[in-house]
Amino acid sequence: MSVKAMTAKEVAKKVINKEELFILDVRNESAFNDWKIEGDKIEILNTPYFDLFDGVEEIMDAIPENKEVLVVCAKEGSSIMVAEMLSDAGLSVYYLQGGMKAWSEHLEHVKVGDLTNGGEIHQFVRLGKGCLSYMVVSNGEAAIIDPARMTDIYLDYAESIGAKITHVFDTHLHADHISGGREIAEKTKATYWLPPKDATEVQFDYQPLEGGKTITIGNTKINIHALYSPGHTIGSTSFVVDDKYLLTGDILFIDSIGRPDLAGMAEDWVGDLRETLYDRYRELSDDLIVLPAHFMIIEELNEDGSVAKPLATLFEENHGLNIADEAEFRDMVTGNLPPQPNAYQEIRETNMGKIKPDDEKQREMEIGPNRCAIR
Amino acid sequence: MKANELLDAKGLACPMPIVRTKKAMDNLKTGEVLEIHATDQGSKADLTAWSKAGGHELLESTEENGVLKFWIKKG
Repeated sequence: MSVKAMTAKEVAKKVINKEELFILDVRNESAFNDWKIEGDKIEILNTPYFDLFDGVEEIMDAIPENKEVLVVCAKEGSSIMVAEMLSDAGLSVYYLQGGMKAWSEHLEHVKVGDLTNGGEIHQFVRLGKGCLSYMVVSNGEAAIIDPARMTDIYLDYAESIGAKITHVFDTHLHADHISGGREIAEKTKATYWLPPKDATEVQFDYQPLEGGKTITIGNTKINIHALYSPGHTIGSTSFVVDDKYLLTGDILFIDSIGRPDLAGMAEDWVGDLRETLYDRYRELSDDLIVLPAHFMIIEELNEDGSVAKPLATLFEENHGLNIADEAEFRDMVTGNLPPQPNAYQEIRETNMGKIKPDDEKQREMEIGPNRCAIR
Repeated sequence: MKANELLDAKGLACPMPIVRTKKAMDNLKTGEVLEIHATDQGSKADLTAWSKAGGHELLESTEENGVLKFWIKKG
């Protein structure tokens, strides 16, 4: 019948709106098991494209007639081949334009809320990888927190609202994705902030981001208070924005907590992680809305696609915040670690400025889920 | 390693390296070895999985200056 392209953005809308979709993922089994498109109403079947060279008859029965069908592969070539075979067999199907690479790079822009005197806070949801980044806007100025490698979306949005990007922050040295922070700072002449304890090996200039520091965005004074909160990395720093939002970086997520081992120091840092989660955060107002740097499962998304919940709710519902016994907490955190993210050492070195892989290599390094959390 | 046939799949994007490999393999006899050169990084995992699924044996694989080389024995 017909073959049409579906963009990552269109797939993202379906995930957020909980629309039905049937996905035929034709990547090899291990790539599929590692990482796939997930959603409430998404039904998914994995049959590698190389098992279909002789025809698609064997899977025709498994494909529902009353749903949209999307064929997915790593880059798109194989999905087009299989989509054409299905079309020849009488189906109308879509293929994912740009494949899982495009899915990994897609950012969904959601406004989280209003701040004092007309300010706003926006979240950029990287659905395919579970990464979250933020833009705080106030009176013609903008600050960006934990930006992804795909910097255009932040630059374009700031330009569209006439805001000048003045500050860029990384809450910590990332191990799961390549930071766009330095690039944005270079392009906009913004100040780039990094926690100095995570930055001992970095090869470029930055401003040391330390607890107790307050940075003002715009004339209307949206204050960003840095709060030293080690545990995922030794330098990890949280932010309180406008006395309303708590940006927790990779320390605390909605339904999970950060892992302490990606810089090789699980045993040393688990104590810091506990202190941050069980002491430092308890001293804060529990009316604060938690805005993390990741989500792990699709259930952590709100109705509008944002990822945000009051700290009070997390104290009640997040398992990682409710382990009274310290030894049990230690066991949970160090004994239960998921596999490390793809190429995490190389990603750290890239974020330190030690290596400079080309764009294609950077894309390859970021393939797969983020795996920064423990649940 | 000695091979009966050489397939040059350099510069080809997925799915072509595996499509060509399958065609070349169809022309070999059981026990003969096909050597494949490819540049698509994805072909590493896919050729491994394809060989296994088809009952072939991936004898060896190397990577030099961005060129992936595979030796597959027909099963």
